[in-house]
Amino acid sequence: MSETTTVHIADAKHATTHHEEHGHHQQSFISKYIFSMDHKTIGKQFLITGIVWAVIGGLFSVIFRLQLGYPDTTFPILETFFGKWAKGGQIQPEFYYSLVTMHGTILVFFVLTAGLSGTFANILIPLQIGARDMASPFLNMLSYWFFFIAGIVMASSIFVQTGPASSGWTMYPPLSALRQAGDGQKIGTDLWLISMALFIISSLLGGLNYITTILNMRTKGMSMTRLPLPIWAMFFTAVLGVLSFPVLLSGAILLLFDRNLGTSFYLSDIVINGEILPNEGGSAILYQHLFWFLGHPEVYIILLPAMGMVSEILSVNSRKPIFGYMAMLGSLFAIAILAFLVWAHHMFVAGLNPFLGSVFVLLTLLIAVPSAIKVFNWLTTIWRGNIRFTPAALFAIGFVSLFISGGLTGIFLGNSTIDIHLHDTMFVVAHFHIVMGVASMFGMLAGVYHWFPKMYGRYLNNTLGYIHFWVTIVGAYLTFWPMHYQGLAGVPRRYLDKSGWVNFNQFGELDKFITVVSMIVFVAQFIFIINFFYSIYKGRKVRTANPWGANTLEWTTPINPGHGNWEGDIPEVHRWPYDYGKDGREFIPQTEPVGASESKH
Amino acid sequence: MQTLLISAILVLFLVVIFQIAKASEYVAMIRGYENARKQSNKINAFLLLAFLAIGLIGVYYCNELFKDKILGEPASNHGVLVDRMLYVTLGITFVVFVVTQIALFWFAYKYQESDNRKAFYYPHNNTLELIWTVIPAITLSVLVGFGIFYWFKITGPAPRDAMVVEVVGKQYGWEFRYPGADGILGKKYFKKINPANNNPVGQLWEDPANHDDVFVEQEMHLVVGKPVQLVIGAKDVIHSVGLVHFRLKTDAVPGTPTTMWFTPKFTTKEMKEKTGNPDFVYEISCDQMCGKGHWSMRGTIVVETQEEFDAWVASKTPQYLVANPDKDPARQMENTDAAPLTGAIIR
Repeated sequence: MSETTTVHIADAKHATTHHEEHGHHQQSFISKYIFSMDHKTIGKQFLITGIVWAVIGGLFSVIFRLQLGYPDTTFPILETFFGKWAKGGQIQPEFYYSLVTMHGTILVFFVLTAGLSGTFANILIPLQIGARDMASPFLNMLSYWFFFIAGIVMASSIFVQTGPASSGWTMYPPLSALRQAGDGQKIGTDLWLISMALFIISSLLGGLNYITTILNMRTKGMSMTRLPLPIWAMFFTAVLGVLSFPVLLSGAILLLFDRNLGTSFYLSDIVINGEILPNEGGSAILYQHLFWFLGHPEVYIILLPAMGMVSEILSVNSRKPIFGYMAMLGSLFAIAILAFLVWAHHMFVAGLNPFLGSVFVLLTLLIAVPSAIKVFNWLTTIWRGNIRFTPAALFAIGFVSLFISGGLTGIFLGNSTIDIHLHDTMFVVAHFHIVMGVASMFGMLAGVYHWFPKMYGRYLNNTLGYIHFWVTIVGAYLTFWPMHYQGLAGVPRRYLDKSGWVNFNQFGELDKFITVVSMIVFVAQFIFIINFFYSIYKGRKVRTANPWGANTLEWTTPINPGHGNWEGDIPEVHRWPYDYGKDGREFIPQTEPVGASESKH
Repeated sequence: MQTLLISAILVLFLVVIFQIAKASEYVAMIRGYENARKQSNKINAFLLLAFLAIGLIGVYYCNELFKDKILGEPASNHGVLVDRMLYVTLGITFVVFVVTQIALFWFAYKYQESDNRKAFYYPHNNTLELIWTVIPAITLSVLVGFGIFYWFKITGPAPRDAMVVEVVGKQYGWEFRYPGADGILGKKYFKKINPANNNPVGQLWEDPANHDDVFVEQEMHLVVGKPVQLVIGAKDVIHSVGLVHFRLKTDAVPGTPTTMWFTPKFTTKEMKEKTGNPDFVYEISCDQMCGKGHWSMRGTIVVETQEEFDAWVASKTPQYLVANPDKDPARQMENTDAAPLTGAIIR
C-alpha cells in the first residue's frame, strides 16, 4: 500500500517537472509527428496531405484544360511524362476522362472533405470548446491513417497499366460496372471503389469522434448556445457524414459485387461490344439514389465548415458580433435537414416519376431560404463594422461573394423545368465549381490564414497572402463566370473536343481564355504553398497569445500549446463568443465573467 | 527546351514575388507593423471597391460578348416554357445578385477600419431576420409554383395523336425505330440483339407489330408541328438524349425505358434561315458520360413537312424484311399469329 503511494507521488512529481519544462510529456518523433494522437498534429497532417492532393488534383485540371483550350495543338512534354496516355503529345480520350474523374474525386473527397473538415474539425473542436483532446484520440489517429491509405490506393490506381477510373467522379454503373466498357473500367475502378471504402471508414471514425467530443467534452459554462459557429458547423457536418457516408459505402460495395461476383444490382438488359450479358432485373437508377443520398449532403459536408469559419472570421475582423447567432444556427440546422431531402434533383432527367421530381423541386428551392438568411446575416455583420482586411478576412468576403454567385445559379438548376435544358451542361460545371469548389476552398484558405498563428506559432506573410487572394478571386471568376454561357448554349460537360459539332463549336476563343486563366490561378497557388511551408519555419513569430483580439478559447492557450492544450486548468466560459464592440470595449473574451453593469442583448 | 524556359520563368516569377513579400515584411518591421497594417488595409479596401466596379462592368461585357451565341428561339412547344422559366429566374436572381454583391463590397469599403469609428454592437434584430426569411420564401414559392406547373406540362402524357419513335443509345451512336403503318412498336428482347443478322435492336419477329417497323441509324426524321413521343432506351451504359434546340433531355438507361414528348416548331430548312447558318442541323448530343467516345456521340434530326416525311418513310424497307428477305410479309403474318412468345419481353 505504502509502496504504491510513493510511486504515485513520484509520478506526480515527474509530471510537474515536465509541465514546467515542456508543458507536455516527452514523446518520440514517431509518436509526436507520425502516429500522433494529438488533435492539433492530426489536423496538420490532414491539412498538409490535403495540400498535396490539391496540387495533384489541380494539376490534372490544368492538363485537361489544355485539351479543352487547344484541342488541335500537341504538347510533346505530355508524352514525355504520360507516355501512351498522351500519344504524340495529344491527350487520349481515355486519359482525358481519367483526369476528369480523378480531379473530381480528389478535390471533392480528399481536399474539400478530408482536407477541410479533417483539418479544422481536428484543430478547432478541442481548442474552441475547451477540451484537452478528442473523445478518442486513438480513433482520431486511425481516421487520418485510413485517409492516408485511401490516398495511397487512389494514387496507385494512377500507375496501373490500364489507368485510373474514368467513369466520372459519380461512377455511374453500368459504365463503371463493366470491364468491357473501356480501360478505365478495369482495375482502376476497383481501386477507386476500395479507396472510397477506406475513405468512408476514415470519415466515419472522424465524424463520430467530432460529434462525441462536441456533445460530451465542452468545458464548464460552454453550453451549446455558447459554441462558436465553426463548432456548430463541424457538428452538423459530422452528423451529415455519419448518416450519409454509409449509404455511399453500400452503393460502392454493391458495385464491387456487380463487378466481381456476377450480381445484378445495377445491371439489366446489356449488350456491350456485341457481347450479350446474362444480367436481368437490376436497376442502374438504384445506384444514382444511393450515390446522391450521400452526394448531395456531401456538398454541405464541404460547405458547412467553410460557412462556420467564415462567420467567425468575419465577426472577429469586423470587430462586431455575428449578426443573428440563433438564425445562423437555425439556418445551419435547416440546411443539414434539407440536405437529406434534395438528392433526387441530380436525377430530374434520369427518368424519375415526374411527381417525385416536383417534390424535389420544392425541397431543393426551399434550401435557398436558409442560404439567403446566412448571406443577409453576413452582410449585416460587416455593416457598420470596423473591418480589418487580414488575408483571412478577404478570403471570407470572397467566400460570401462566390456563395452568392454560385448559390443563385442553383435556383436555375434546382428548378426541374430549367434543369431539363441545363442538366449536364457546362452551366452545372460553372455552378458547382463556384459554390462548392472555389467558395469552400476560400473558406478553407480563410481558415488557414486565420488559424495559422495558432497552428505554428508564426504568422504567414501578409503580402503573399494579399497577392494570393487577388489573383485567386479574379481568376476564379474569369474561369467560371463565362462557363455559364457555354452551358446556356447547351454545351455538354465532359466534351473534350467540340469541333465535330455544329451547335457547340462557337466558344473556341473562350475555351483558350479559360485555359490560360486556370493555369495562372494554378501557378498562383504556389504563392500560398511557398508562404505556408516557409512560414512554418521562418515566419514572423507570434508574440502575443491573442493576435487577432478574438474571444474564443483557442487564444487563451499558450502560443505553442502542447499536448493537452492548456497548461493549468481548462478555462471556464461565461458568455457567448461574439461580444465584440460591446459597451465600448473592443472585445470581451468568453472566459470573462459577465459584469454586473454590462448591458444585455 | 521551350517547356524548360517556361518553367524557369515561372520559378523566377515566384522567387521575385517571394522576395518582394519578404522585403515588404522588413519594411513593415522598420516602420512598425501597426502602420503597415493600416496602409495595407486602405489598399485592400480600395481594391475591393474596384473589384466590384470592374466586376460588374465585366459581367456586362461578358454578356455582350456571348448573348448571341447562346439561346436562339426555342424550336419546340416545351422549349418556349423552359425559356420563359429561365428568363423569369434570370431576372429575379440578377437583381438579387447585383444588390447583394454591391452591398457586400460597398460595406467592406465603407466600413474599413478607421480610428474614428467604433463598430456598432448589433447582435440581432428579429424584424429584419423575419423580413429576409419571408421575402425569399415568397419569391421562391412563386418560382417553385411556375416551375412545377411547367414541369407537369412538359412531362405530362403525350397527346393521343403523337407519333412514336424509339431512340436507342449505344457506345457511341444513336439508333431509331419507327413503328410503321400500325403505329405500334413491336416487342423486343435484348438477348435477340444481333446486328450481324440484321436485328440491331432485338426485335421479336414473332410479334406481327414488328413486321412494319423501320430501323435507321444516326439520323432521326420528325414532322413539323406534329407531337412526337420518344421511347428511349440504351443497350450498354447510360446515355442521355440531349436536344439543345428543343430544350429537352432525358437519360437513356439500359433496362429502364424512359420517354419524353414534344412538338417541333420549325423545320430544319426554317432553322437554317432563322440562324443564318446554311449548315444548320438539329443535333442529338449524349449528355451523360458514357465512355471514351462520349464527346463524339452525335446524332442528327431532320424536321420536315408531313409529305417529305412520308416520302422518307416510304423509301425505307421494314427491318423485318431486311432481316428475312425471303419472307413474304402476308404469309409470315399467318404463320406467326399463333406462335407463343418466350422470355421476358420489353416493349
